[in-house]
Amino acid sequence: MKGSVAVVGGGVAGIQAALDLADNGFKTYLIESKPSIGGTMSQLDKTFPTNDCAMCILSPKLVETGRHPNIELLSYSDVKSITGEAGDFRVKVLRKARYVDEAKCTGCGNCTEKCPKKVDDDYNAGMSKRKAIYIPFAQAIPRVATIDAANCIYLTKGKCGNCKKVCGVEAVDYEAKDEEIELNVGSVVIATGFKPFDPSVLTNYRFDHPDVITSLQLERLLSASGPTQGHVTKPSNGEVPKKIGFIQCVGSRNPRISRKYCSSVCCMYATKEAIIAKEHDPELDITIFNIDIRAFGKNFEEFYNRAQREYGIKYTNSRPPEVIVGADNTLSVKYEDFNTGELKSQGLDMVILSIGLDPSDSTRTIAESSGIALDEFGNIATSIEAPVETSVSGIYVCGVAQGPKDIPDTVAQASAAASKAAALLSGERGTLIKEREFPDEKTLSSEPRTGVFVCHCGINIGSVVNVPGVVEYAKTLPNVTYAQELLYACSSDSQEAIKQAISGNNLNRVVVASCTPRTHEPLFQNTCREAGLNPYLFELANIREHCSWVHMKEKDKATEKAKSIVRMAVAKSAFFQPLYKQKVSLINKAMVIGGGVAGMTAALDIANNGYEVTLVEKEKELGGMLKDMTEMHDGKKPSEIISDLARQIHDNNKITVMNEAKLVDVEGHLGNFKGTVLSGGQETHLDFGAAVIATGARNLEPAGLFGYGSNSRVVTQAQLEKMLAENLSANNITMIQCAGARNPEREYCGRTCCVDAVKNAIRIKKANSKANVFVLYRDIRTYGVTEKLYETARELGVLFIQYDKDAPPQVQDSAVVVHDVMLNEDIEIETDLVVLSTPLISGEDNSGINQLFKVPLDKNGFFLEAHPKLRPVEFATDGVFLCGSAQAPKLMEEAISQASAAASRACTILSRDFIETEAMVSIVNEAKCIGCGTCVTVCPYNAPALEEATVTAEEVSYTAKKSRINPAACKGCGSCAAACPSGAITAQHFSRKEIGEAIDAFEQGIKSIAVNEKVVEVTV
Amino acid sequence: MSADAKPDAGGWEPKIVAFCCNWCSYGGADSAGMGRFQQPPSARIIRVMCSGRIDPIHVFNAFLEGADAVLVTGCHIGDCHYVNGNDKTKIKYKFLEHVVHELGLEKERLYLNWISASEGEKFANFIRDVTEEVKKIGPSPLKPEGVA
Ligand code: FES
Repeated sequence: MKGSVAVVGGGVAGIQAALDLADNGFKTYLIESKPSIGGTMSQLDKTFPTNDCAMCILSPKLVETGRHPNIELLSYSDVKSITGEAGDFRVKVLRKARYVDEAKCTGCGNCTEKCPKKVDDDYNAGMSKRKAIYIPFAQAIPRVATIDAANCIYLTKGKCGNCKKVCGVEAVDYEAKDEEIELNVGSVVIATGFKPFDPSVLTNYRFDHPDVITSLQLERLLSASGPTQGHVTKPSNGEVPKKIGFIQCVGSRNPRISRKYCSSVCCMYATKEAIIAKEHDPELDITIFNIDIRAFGKNFEEFYNRAQREYGIKYTNSRPPEVIVGADNTLSVKYEDFNTGELKSQGLDMVILSIGLDPSDSTRTIAESSGIALDEFGNIATSIEAPVETSVSGIYVCGVAQGPKDIPDTVAQASAAASKAAALLSGERGTLIKEREFPDEKTLSSEPRTGVFVCHCGINIGSVVNVPGVVEYAKTLPNVTYAQELLYACSSDSQEAIKQAISGNNLNRVVVASCTPRTHEPLFQNTCREAGLNPYLFELANIREHCSWVHMKEKDKATEKAKSIVRMAVAKSAFFQPLYKQKVSLINKAMVIGGGVAGMTAALDIANNGYEVTLVEKEKELGGMLKDMTEMHDGKKPSEIISDLARQIHDNNKITVMNEAKLVDVEGHLGNFKGTVLSGGQETHLDFGAAVIATGARNLEPAGLFGYGSNSRVVTQAQLEKMLAENLSANNITMIQCAGARNPEREYCGRTCCVDAVKNAIRIKKANSKANVFVLYRDIRTYGVTEKLYETARELGVLFIQYDKDAPPQVQDSAVVVHDVMLNEDIEIETDLVVLSTPLISGEDNSGINQLFKVPLDKNGFFLEAHPKLRPVEFATDGVFLCGSAQAPKLMEEAISQASAAASRACTILSRDFIETEAMVSIVNEAKCIGCGTCVTVCPYNAPALEEATVTAEEVSYTAKKSRINPAACKGCGSCAAACPSGAITAQHFSRKEIGEAIDAFEQGIKSIAVNEKVVEVTV
Repeated sequence: MSADAKPDAGGWEPKIVAFCCNWCSYGGADSAGMGRFQQPPSARIIRVMCSGRIDPIHVFNAFLEGADAVLVTGCHIGDCHYVNGNDKTKIKYKFLEHVVHELGLEKERLYLNWISASEGEKFANFIRDVTEEVKKIGPSPLKPEGVA
């Protein structure tokens, strides 16, 4: 067994898996074939359904990955083969020649600027040009240049050599060669993602026309960092389009080109892109041509409704067979409106092809070279009860490599795969990782002695700002004892120079004037720490992004501004105090609430990772809602799945199950919770470090809907499940979809109901081919690979009839009457059993549990995760996780993935020796605190609390309420400090004094600074 | 500096203090740089972790120190890194508007804007627009010299 894991693929899936594993104590290799990590997500402008900026949420993960001491990033590298067995794999990796030394390159971009060769930019989906030596995008990790050998003039013709000439750090190496290395790891996680479908295969869609573009290209056009800075213009002539049409399912749901599956994400990304385009240009006319709109995820239906209601985006139920290019090169589509049967045509200025997700080439190569089974669609094969396990034990899969899915499902699966790999290797945890070691901090003298380092950044700063001038100016500022210029402040030799200056001049404050702290602060903080200075005595003055790059033509003014930016940083830093993350011990045990399949899986995964778990279930037996199911959509028996999990739990001595139990009280926070469980009239106190909420959901009892409750022939899918297990006598069965869902009262889509209905329809037909089964639907949402169930059902003769939400079916004595929108007429269906497909609704206990843990619920009563995209199984409150249908309705395989994910996230805490708190926390001066509790109301993390304190002032003692901020819960936003009416709260590092000095310094010089402590009026 | 502090006299450049939160609007200013979106050199950015940290005192301070305009910026509503800091900023901003009005300052001297970390161009345009507005009304009547 080796305590290391290879993660193949550096998209968001691979990144998440690598971070989880590295945080869980495993050495992790992240292997990416492109020059930088980030995958397709890095190309997206926004993400549905919140329209969050994709790069903003991804970029912190990129930086974290690049910096993690236990992640070794092998970018621009391909996996050739995987051999060996669980615990001991050999991974052959081809490191492609980058022709730039990663260790030397500072990412300044000078080479790129001077490179004469322009090439299509694949980051912008071919819609703009990049150079032959390039950094894929601004936030790229690793931020180093790569030479595209096929296009480099020097490498192809032996001429040019510009990049080598301008490189200030001699990083360019034309002699570099491909290199093959072999990694020895305990486990492998495959996260090879997808490749966008190439629509030129479908010649009828005229992708050869410049104004017919893919959805990914539109994404780039919409992006502020894209080729048109976010303005949508026609590629043919640069004009602003007036009419845009999206064609859905291009390369999906199309057996003719052997793409039978639904790509899961296209309906929502088209909706998102349409909304963003409308936000840019409200006059734009947008139509989305679709077969069904599959808005099945959390808040998707609401998003889809908003697109229609607030943005006026039109959804036309049709699949245009072709795009027609007119004589004058104009575009149009002819289509049959499914809702009216009419043949129509529409002129369009631009056509967007909503392309599907094809299995990536590397998925196939690796599967073939390493003997990993693929499914019928070319994805890595898994089963519904083990959704991240491949056919090779010890190799796991996540993300789109396993089947089409959106970002949150991808992220959840990534953590799930990490959980499995970590469990496999749990005996080796911590054996191959390293901790950073630092010298002791020197004691701080009371006088600030500030060192200022001004960076040229090659020519990025130096060509605009007069750097020597700024250095000379800095020397005149109060407290500045040392100033120097640096060519590249971030290069490794500069780190040495800074360290030497610190020790040689006994500096105790460091200001680097260079680029943004958002990317570079940790680097310099680390350098300070290596020189024995507390990292919080450091300040970055951003004179690149905020100065030289945005005032390129006004050199004098830019220099003046740079001086004042430095002045503000110097002034502010004089008040910096050393800050420390506190280490607090933790309890390495978990609690899982809810014993359904999600809770059972979470408990097992945590236990298999080596930690004790208590599983609290309110019912007598484990199994949750799965107990009511009689057959899964792949034919498996739910009872077998449950009993298998129950047996594993029973056999695992790290799991304690408490049946008929209820959690009634929780105190504490991350790492140290104290819970009280009531069971059999007895209270048990349990301490735990992390909790997983897996309380599931419940079936809607659709009283009054379609005669349910009064007409005995109207049942729900859940009841049909039971009937199917016994013996179904009905011969004419009509199912009604969206019963009690997608309506004003319950806006969301039930997600699982279409899959359930189609599955049960198939079961009926298989048992009795003579049975007549009708499914009355609004949109059939058999997303992803479950699309094949829909196909099977139709093949078996199940009849699907679309109805409009405004004309719901009428249930009569022995028939159902429905207005068929495709035929545009009422039809009467002879029926002896009506089955209502109702959505799952939130669990009845949610509103109690959410208060115990102080975690939020959404408007439908489900638990609200920390972030809908990148933190799907976490709460904003640290140490508390969620999974399964407690978060929103889910299929079993999704609930299982999420459960393993929650376990993995919980293990990133449980595997620690201690908890480190945020250092820049707020503190209360109790003498000034008036106990008003404003901070308590303002804080989203429940960090401040009012406590009784004895106050002694002028010989009187009395008790009063005083606020105390728990440093372990505080995240350092500083809201409380801004809100405190008596000025009792200091947001450390951003204190009133520190910010105030910066403000004072923005215009004039700094007054001489005296760091004196405030006189304390009363003592506590 | 004070010699040319007259409107339009040899290109008077207003002094603008911009409070930016670390996670969004400061990132927006960074993106402006990365995208090379040129803007007048009028703004001085003060970074705070969250717009919720911006104390009205800081805004008044900036005016008292001679800022010709003050910008309060943060993440879009719903995007705050600290759950809801910007909701609180919104409330405080109402109050700020009142007080700034009471101080006799024009409304063109105080702004609230939500800028995401990707909205570089928006940030640059914002600075340009504010600078233009302030140029129209001239330097702040609150002279730094008048303040202890
Ligand atoms: S972090 Fe940007 S407003 Fe709170």
